[in-house]
Amino acid sequence: MRRGARTFADALVLAALASYAIPFFWQLLTSFKPEAELLRVPPLLPSQLTLAHYRAVVEKSLMPQALANSFGIAALTTLLALAVGVPGAYAVARLPLPGKRFVLLAIVASTAFPQIATVSPLYLLMRALDLRDTWSGLVLVHTSFALPLTVWLLSGFIREIPIEAEEAASVDGAGLFGLFRWVVIPLLGPGLAATALLTFLFSWNEFLFAYTFTVSEASRTIPVALALFPGVFEVPWGDIAAASMLASLPPVLIVVGLQRFLVRGLVAGAVKE
Amino acid sequence: MTRREAVNRRRGMLLMAPTVLALGTLTVYPGIWVLWLSLQHRIPIFGVSRFAGFDNYAFLAFDSRFASALATTLIFTVTSVALEVVLGVAAALAIHTLRGGRRVALSLLLLAWAMPAVVTAKLFDWLYHPTAGLLNVALGGHALNWLGDPRLALPAIVLADVWRTMPFVAVLCYARLLAIPPDVYEAAQVDGAGRVATLVRITLPMLGRILLLAILFRTLDALRAFDLMFVLTGGGPAGTTETLTVYAYRALFQTLQLGFGSALGVVVFALVMTVAWAYLKLLRTSTVTA
Repeated sequence: MRRGARTFADALVLAALASYAIPFFWQLLTSFKPEAELLRVPPLLPSQLTLAHYRAVVEKSLMPQALANSFGIAALTTLLALAVGVPGAYAVARLPLPGKRFVLLAIVASTAFPQIATVSPLYLLMRALDLRDTWSGLVLVHTSFALPLTVWLLSGFIREIPIEAEEAASVDGAGLFGLFRWVVIPLLGPGLAATALLTFLFSWNEFLFAYTFTVSEASRTIPVALALFPGVFEVPWGDIAAASMLASLPPVLIVVGLQRFLVRGLVAGAVKE
Repeated sequence: MTRREAVNRRRGMLLMAPTVLALGTLTVYPGIWVLWLSLQHRIPIFGVSRFAGFDNYAFLAFDSRFASALATTLIFTVTSVALEVVLGVAAALAIHTLRGGRRVALSLLLLAWAMPAVVTAKLFDWLYHPTAGLLNVALGGHALNWLGDPRLALPAIVLADVWRTMPFVAVLCYARLLAIPPDVYEAAQVDGAGRVATLVRITLPMLGRILLLAILFRTLDALRAFDLMFVLTGGGPAGTTETLTVYAYRALFQTLQLGFGSALGVVVFALVMTVAWAYLKLLRTSTVTA
């Protein structure tokens, strides 16, 4: 009896959480609904499912290009942020630095930096350097914006590495590069993955800079393409639903498949500050 | 010893150099430049560009649109953070009671948090559709115009924001709950503490610190809110959902007042930093007394 009651309670909690995700599932269902049935609710369920909206998005919209842009920009941002952030984080965690307190304060403060405060000078800078509408421009601003959190997270994870491993490496005569190649990076594993995921998601989801610094489809990312999704006479709700699902595909895969790392990164980011 | 120290110091600076360079050129330098821009009248399409001193800031004192955007920002921040905290704690406690399926539970919750805010905007745009929206259908076929009615638009945006960010609070609290040693609860049970007493006396106080941090992060985020309003309502109807960031953005890139828009950006920056500073001060004194 008691056992039954607990199973019932479990089912209740899971049902409540499933209903919390209704906005997502409703959009998912909408993306497969025939056009003619979209604005006729109830009934909630469609008479049949169709791929027409996905076909329209893939064949007739600029979404495929935007997906490619987002993938490229988010992946390069992640790589660059880690390439810059891992050494920086190591210095913060392990080495003496002149003005270390100030550097740390600046890093924490810049995680709170509002984008709107620098968007105007960055716009002028992008224009002056001819970086508007390019992948490089967005990768640079995304990297610099993600960097404080990257360094912060990584320095916390580096502190968890047993220092003996590093000392052994330096006794063995490993240089700076060898230290990273053979000790820090391999031992950082899960922390590195967690940081990479959060950086990737930040770049994939970022809207304000991506919207401001792009003019054409050359570097337009998924959130921007979705915000600007064209409708000629009426809003193409089915196509928008399909495009939304494509835009949330990587985040959904990360949440479902790599949840452990994601949660680890999320919690570390908050607890260590 | 000293040689080793000198080597480490040099290594430290070398390793830190790329980070300092990146932040210096793309965050600090623009951060100083924006202060300079905010002291100018700059409207590129009219070829206007001259020093204005504090005119842009002085104008804000009498700008009713600024007052309204400030009020909207504060109302949005307070209501959405409050709701996120209450719901987030509830969700964390609920997941903590689960014996199985916690991974599924977290997935269902984190979906909302992980996707782009623009997707959230599109999801809710569709849910709020006056005739075919699921929300109106669920409310029994009312034809409420959620995003078009000045009284409903801000609550509608708050709801979308709470949906999107409550999981963040919930996950942080849930992780904290996992770290509470089980013997604490066993001791409470031995002492004959009921469920409510255990929750109020043990669980919630244990969540205290992480909740304060979650509130800080969420408050700083909410004060700069932009994506949802910009995509869902563009600040309308009748300016009822125009936050400071949306106002600043429109001044910068729609009416092209580079100086004035920059001044608004600086105000957002000052607001965020003041809140962060006050909060950390409060946090420090409260942990000292606790």
